[in-house]
Amino acid sequence: MALFIVAALAMTVVGLLLGCVIGLFAKIFRVETDQRIELVTELLPNANCGGCGKAGCADFAKSVVEGENPPGKCPVSSREAISAIARALGIEAGGEFKQVAVVTCSGDHSKMKTEVRYNGVTDCVSASLIAGGPKGCAYGCLGMSSCSRACPFGAIEIRNGLAVVHSDLCVGCGKCVATCPRGLIKLVPADAPYHVFCNSPEKGPAKKKVCDSPCIGCRKCLKAMPEKMTVTGFLAKVNYSAPAPTAEEIAAAACPTGCLRAALPVKKEQEVSEVVNG
Amino acid sequence: MSEETIKSELQMPKGDELVLSSSPHVRTKESVPAIMGKVMLALVPAVVAGILFFGMDAVRVIVYCIVFCVGAEALWCKLAKKPVWGTIRDCSAALTGLLLALNLSAGVPFYVCLIGAFLAIWLGKQVYGGLGHNPFNPALVARVGLLIALPAAMTTWVPTGKMGVTNAEYAKGFYNQNEWQQLEAGAEPDALTCATPLGIVKTTPKVLGNTPEAQNNYAAVDNPTMLREYFLGNRGGCLGETSGLALLIGAVMLICWRLINWRVPLCYVGTVALFTGIVHYFMPGVTPTPLFHVLTGGLLLGAIFMATDMVTSPMTCAGCVVFAIGCGIITSVIRIWGNYPEGVSFSILFMNALVPLIDRWCVKRPFGYIRKRG
Amino acid sequence: MDEMEFKVATFKGGVHPSGDGKNLSSGAAVQTAPLQSEYRVIIPQNIGAPPKVIVTPGQLVKKGEKIAEPGGFVSVPLHAPTSGKVEALEDVPGPMGVSVPAVRISADGEDAWGELPPPMDWKTAAPDELKKRIADSGIVGMGGAAFPTHVKLSPPPDKKIDYLILNGAECEPYLTADHRLMLEDPESVLAGAAICGRILGVKNIYIGVEVNKTDAIQALLAKAGAYGVQIVGLKVRYPQGAEKQLIYAITRRKVPAGGLPMDAGCVVQNVGTAAACAAAVLRGEPLIERITTVTGEAIRHPGNWRFRLGTPVRTAIELAGGVTCEPGKAILGGPMMGFAQKSFDVTIMKNTSGILLLPPEMVRQYESTGCIRCGRCLSACAMNLNPGALATAIESEKFDIAANNHLMDCIECGSCAYICPAHRPLVQHFRRGKAEIRKRAKKN
Repeated sequence: MALFIVAALAMTVVGLLLGCVIGLFAKIFRVETDQRIELVTELLPNANCGGCGKAGCADFAKSVVEGENPPGKCPVSSREAISAIARALGIEAGGEFKQVAVVTCSGDHSKMKTEVRYNGVTDCVSASLIAGGPKGCAYGCLGMSSCSRACPFGAIEIRNGLAVVHSDLCVGCGKCVATCPRGLIKLVPADAPYHVFCNSPEKGPAKKKVCDSPCIGCRKCLKAMPEKMTVTGFLAKVNYSAPAPTAEEIAAAACPTGCLRAALPVKKEQEVSEVVNG
Repeated sequence: MSEETIKSELQMPKGDELVLSSSPHVRTKESVPAIMGKVMLALVPAVVAGILFFGMDAVRVIVYCIVFCVGAEALWCKLAKKPVWGTIRDCSAALTGLLLALNLSAGVPFYVCLIGAFLAIWLGKQVYGGLGHNPFNPALVARVGLLIALPAAMTTWVPTGKMGVTNAEYAKGFYNQNEWQQLEAGAEPDALTCATPLGIVKTTPKVLGNTPEAQNNYAAVDNPTMLREYFLGNRGGCLGETSGLALLIGAVMLICWRLINWRVPLCYVGTVALFTGIVHYFMPGVTPTPLFHVLTGGLLLGAIFMATDMVTSPMTCAGCVVFAIGCGIITSVIRIWGNYPEGVSFSILFMNALVPLIDRWCVKRPFGYIRKRG
Repeated sequence: MDEMEFKVATFKGGVHPSGDGKNLSSGAAVQTAPLQSEYRVIIPQNIGAPPKVIVTPGQLVKKGEKIAEPGGFVSVPLHAPTSGKVEALEDVPGPMGVSVPAVRISADGEDAWGELPPPMDWKTAAPDELKKRIADSGIVGMGGAAFPTHVKLSPPPDKKIDYLILNGAECEPYLTADHRLMLEDPESVLAGAAICGRILGVKNIYIGVEVNKTDAIQALLAKAGAYGVQIVGLKVRYPQGAEKQLIYAITRRKVPAGGLPMDAGCVVQNVGTAAACAAAVLRGEPLIERITTVTGEAIRHPGNWRFRLGTPVRTAIELAGGVTCEPGKAILGGPMMGFAQKSFDVTIMKNTSGILLLPPEMVRQYESTGCIRCGRCLSACAMNLNPGALATAIESEKFDIAANNHLMDCIECGSCAYICPAHRPLVQHFRRGKAEIRKRAKKN
């Protein structure tokens, strides 16, 4: 019994001594941290998506506190969170309008011809390095989910061989934009309703050969709304700096291939299968 | 033949069957199931030897182990929602089952096989992510787990069918006068068991100390006649480890098929022989001759089939040599000074744990790089 | 033949692909493909700057007339494969799946040479003159890389070149174009070697040939003395013809990592390139045709043909008697490093060494299983890398780890993926890893 007491006492004494040493060292070598940075970091989403251009949320918080960036530069945080940060620091919220990603391709399995069978790594970069991938169009979506794997918010779904962005989940961080080997994904204003779902610079007939819904460069949309569209070569683009086209204007443009259209109403996978089955 | 007929007979490709994949476009015919199958084939001599010496008991244990291992794998895949057939098809569970059986005594009851199978497949392999990710040899994980959990079942050795009274003389030393007389008078034993040569060597000094009787015991198990019997497989032990001859045939098959690195068994056995040889000659009475150590216990089975397991051994040649020498040293130390009579399983598991480290040290210098100085 | 006549050199690592398929076409003498009615000459045929087209649709051209000027120093001109009319400048499917610009020329059937530069005597001509002739003739590395030859022959003055090595290894299974060339026209190869040697001022000129081509070695040996060229037998082992491995096998020198052969004092040329140099210097003919092997188990009559540049692959298959079954894979180049194709509309380029059609039963769709750490890729890797670990790092997108483990030194020879019993798509992983690392390097 005595042995136990001695052991317990010895342990306690050693523990206390070491605790004191640690406390002492913590005092001596204390790293000065700015309380405000921690506060801001806590208010940020902490998804570390890098959409602000910084290495992560803590890094962004530092830049906010130092005045380098306004809190609104975070594309992910809600308005409330941003104004909470602004209030806490006593600065302007600032920031940009909300952007979302859109995959500018229509070539799912029903629209785009798949010429050959692909046997290899399910990854867009890998596939694009082999004879430009299995799909007919060398500029279209490969549908091998590199972007959806890269998305920290689970906002991209591969549907029938085509990446589709859930605009309600997308925060516009831009990770997918950097990932796509084809450069198909563009960040657009969240309130822009219509996009050109084609990114191929090839000539119209060549595109038509491999895809049912390409932009063939017919310029109908340009005639209908000259200041809202631009056409370079065989590819039309929506001019997002102009006011968004109205439904009437889109109807007037009457895109013959259905390439200029609203982003498909994205539904969760379950609902999609219901739609398909029903 | 006119040009027209040539044209009409000419079959041109349509190109709708084309497969798109990365180079190289030709591949070796070898595959993982083929490798596993070949290793099992190389184990056939050892299995035959086991059945010859231990009879139907051996068949029973082998069948139990294989069935339970495959079953354990199927159950895991089902629970983990992995493709069941896709995983079983690689034959690795069957091989693990066979190796496990060869590492058990022929007399073990079925529940030992069952526990062993789950230890091997679940704890030894699948928790790490399945084939290729396990740091330890699954069969050895099971064997050591069983050895610790069920020591009695694991160390009850069945005598081989050919074992006569040759062992009676030294066995006498372990009984008191009364018991021995009863046995000699023809009292029915409850079960027949025997000791492994290594077990005898380990227990002798504990019971008898360093006495002339002890020396006699050593001589009784370590003489040319006995060694020849050991080489053929006529001794107590796990059902697959006894026959050195059968295991060596397997080794030749594996090396010819280039499935194992010959350096591993050579360095492993060589190190044990060297180490025990040095101890034998410089510290007389501590341990038997090196040849005894090579031929008894699970050394040959371990060196040929366990230490060479692709998943759990180093990838480079230099790494394999380091690994094998480490195994040899630890095996010898456990056998000579350790508490267990046998150290092969422990040594291989211990070195398995060091494999990532060995792989880091023994990297090849890429072509065109100059050796760093200093 | 006496094997002791020459040393049999080799390198460490590599594989020996079983059933190398060379016997399908190695016995077939080179035939000249008949004149086609139309050629589509792809413009970017060389590594470096693409050439600039100087013809316009409707223009009449003569055979050998320049149709594109070099786009820079690391670039070569292009020449018309036959006489006729330039029909159009159009986009055609390229070998990498992306459309590439091309010049479409319809033949007038006369196949009349334009004005050719005068033949030169290589023994007396100034090295710079010879080099200029080679540059003007549009010669690039015909083994596969298509690197402009005159650039290789212009090492910076601080690099001393000790060896000129001609690559006649042809280690790729199935391909026999170089073999037939060395066998049927050894003098062109040797003359080309001597010309390149004169340009570089190199006395040690070697031709490395794998010892499975004994007839070619004999043909070369019979004439080699007159040109001051030595023939070295090479062990039959893939990738014996890879530049760094070839240099090591013959000279025991190692090209430093990330360096060029000239850093080891060597210049390597393909034997086909040498023959093209000889034609350019001795006859003034620019590079408008090449020998290509059309082979594979799906081809009815495999063989070797001398094709004009711009001949569609479809025509080549037609010449080889069509197919015996619907092919499962069409490959430009050899089976180890060649590129799978989506269509047969691609045309033959300066670096198209082979057209390979494999029947579906030989094209197993590989389902890769997990790595079992067997270590075969390590012993097969000619660059001493750890392919398995590299691929695992790339799979988990740890590109910095892959870069630190020398991914960029990989030569994509495919030995590791060939030998892998788990059928992992190792080379594809490496291509992706390299692409990502290059992308990142560009960003920073």
